[in-house]
Amino acid sequence: MENPVIDLKGLTKCYGSLKAVDNLNLKIGKGEIFGLLGPNGAGKTTTILMMLGLTEPTSGKALVCGIDATTHPIPVKRKVGYMPDSVGFYDSMTALENLVYTGKLNGIPDAEARRRALDLMELIGLGDAAHKRTSVFSRGMKQRLGLGEVLIKRPEVIILDEPTLGIDPAGVKDFLALIRQLSREQGLTVLLSSHHLHQVQMVCDRVGIFAGGKMQMEGDIQKLSQNLFADESFSVSITLKDPLPASWEHMAGLGNITGVQQFRIAENLVQIACSSDATPDIVRFFVGGGLDIMGVQKREFGLDEIYQKYFENNLTENNANEKSRGIFQRYLRKK
Amino acid sequence: MKSLAVFSKGTSVKSNPSQDSSTTFSVMVAKEVADHIRSWRFIVLLALIALTFLGALFVSMNNIRNAVSNVQDTDNMFLYLKLLTSTDGTMPPFHVFLNFLGPLLGIALGFDAINSEQNNGTLIRLMAQPVYRDNLILAKFVSALILVGSLFITLALLMIGGGLCITGVWVEPAEVLRIFTFVLVNVIYVGFWLSLSILFSIIFKQTATSALASIAVWLFFTIFYQILVNLFIGAFIPNQGMLTQTDVVRYNEIVLNILRLAPSQLFSDATTTLLMPSVRSLGPLTMEQMAGAIPTPLPFKESLMVVWPQLSGLIASTFLCFACSYYLFMRREIRS
Repeated sequence: MENPVIDLKGLTKCYGSLKAVDNLNLKIGKGEIFGLLGPNGAGKTTTILMMLGLTEPTSGKALVCGIDATTHPIPVKRKVGYMPDSVGFYDSMTALENLVYTGKLNGIPDAEARRRALDLMELIGLGDAAHKRTSVFSRGMKQRLGLGEVLIKRPEVIILDEPTLGIDPAGVKDFLALIRQLSREQGLTVLLSSHHLHQVQMVCDRVGIFAGGKMQMEGDIQKLSQNLFADESFSVSITLKDPLPASWEHMAGLGNITGVQQFRIAENLVQIACSSDATPDIVRFFVGGGLDIMGVQKREFGLDEIYQKYFENNLTENNANEKSRGIFQRYLRKK
Repeated sequence: MKSLAVFSKGTSVKSNPSQDSSTTFSVMVAKEVADHIRSWRFIVLLALIALTFLGALFVSMNNIRNAVSNVQDTDNMFLYLKLLTSTDGTMPPFHVFLNFLGPLLGIALGFDAINSEQNNGTLIRLMAQPVYRDNLILAKFVSALILVGSLFITLALLMIGGGLCITGVWVEPAEVLRIFTFVLVNVIYVGFWLSLSILFSIIFKQTATSALASIAVWLFFTIFYQILVNLFIGAFIPNQGMLTQTDVVRYNEIVLNILRLAPSQLFSDATTTLLMPSVRSLGPLTMEQMAGAIPTPLPFKESLMVVWPQLSGLIASTFLCFACSYYLFMRREIRS
């Protein structure tokens, strides 16, 4: 990647003996939307704080727009808009005043800051609440205002830590669409940390799965699914009207369709794994066999599956969680 | 989809990276001052100080005739200083009141400076803006001092104006100088407690804890410190009867110096000397030193010289607290 906007080189942060972030290397290009995924306590927020110079890395470098964020945090902060996961505002001030204050801290003159703030309030859907105190705002409204606050300085990079927390579904859609639009039209680089897989999938160009302080996998969703589900990259499940008899005479014929690798029959549900997309052939085969198809579902591997699969693999590798799971099951049985 | 006009309009403003930190600093100070003024806390404190001032002034107004016509007192020509210091015994004079109201003022304005921002989640948002960290604590400190300063200057001017109207006596330049130096000492004294409470607000995460810690220090110095010093000194000093004159003086000096570690002692030394021009020394004077001295008030410069160590002590401890806060805050990791 030529001239990455965010360039992390061997970033490491230790808290005592705990390695929160472990030798992280990451490059994010201009105009890209990057999703940082990971379970709680994976070190996402710590990484973000290091990018802003809010905490010092134990070793390694965080370059944002070519500036070292640890030694020169102020120029970095001028270019980066950051929205923390629990965003707070001055309760005694109105939403507009809060935005204007941030604008003025960024060196925008009062009148201009006020104009921008009003426009932004309209944009984020808080136009009616501009003159209300932020103490009466709900969490979702605060989150929206947080986005407005990020945008008022007209940043080149925006870093959002759990941005959709507490926003209603319609709001989330708008929010993500807005982020995508900003990125496409204004060439904004976006780094988004979340554990809402669907949302990340909807909006991100590239995702990184982050766990235990390490970037476990990185790439676009297709690439990730190819890596993980190399053996069964396509999966079709077909629902039939009547359950199939245990010994079905055409069973062998199904296996002969090109691409089909294996299939599983459970009552009236047939699950077929194939190496290439053979859905039309499979459907034709069933219809030809005189069976009534009620539904055909082509399963593509989304982030949910990738995430699930990834952590499943990890779990089988180390059985550290076995004990706690046992306790949990015992508890369930007691009930 | 909503249009992004916000972004395309007036993009010329976007390129102003050459903003200096002094503008952001003044923006922060303005916001802090506005916050304080709007808060109930400040209104309550304002009412408290104003009431004390008016009460003390009322008492001294009633007593002013006696105080000024007292020929024994060499300070009787300083009417306005008398207004601040004389009392009929029902109520302590204003500067003694301030000795314990000042800390309260400073603590109340500073005890939640940093930790309330942190608890509200505004600190991390603020730190993500292009603002130097030290500007934040400095803004907190300066904004509170501006308020305290204007409060005391207003009171002093009110006092002088009221005195002019009621007595019709012309105010001496030396008195004005003394009164404003007194105001300055007050501000420095409040500044010390302010920086101490800001320090605690950085150390402790909970506002209640930091308030309690500041109040504990205040109570320790106003009540327990003297008791403790007397207790220890009583154990260490030999029997009075065995001591020569010079030994007594020397021990007295030591006790006083230990007591002066308390900021309230420094403050009362400084204000007493400034408001009572006849005070020549804060320690015991020997007969030799007094020989040939005419009991007259000291000129302003001499009084200032007497309290100079006290003043610099107060300023130094203020700066010490501030330096500690600076040190703790600059490299601290800020999380929401």
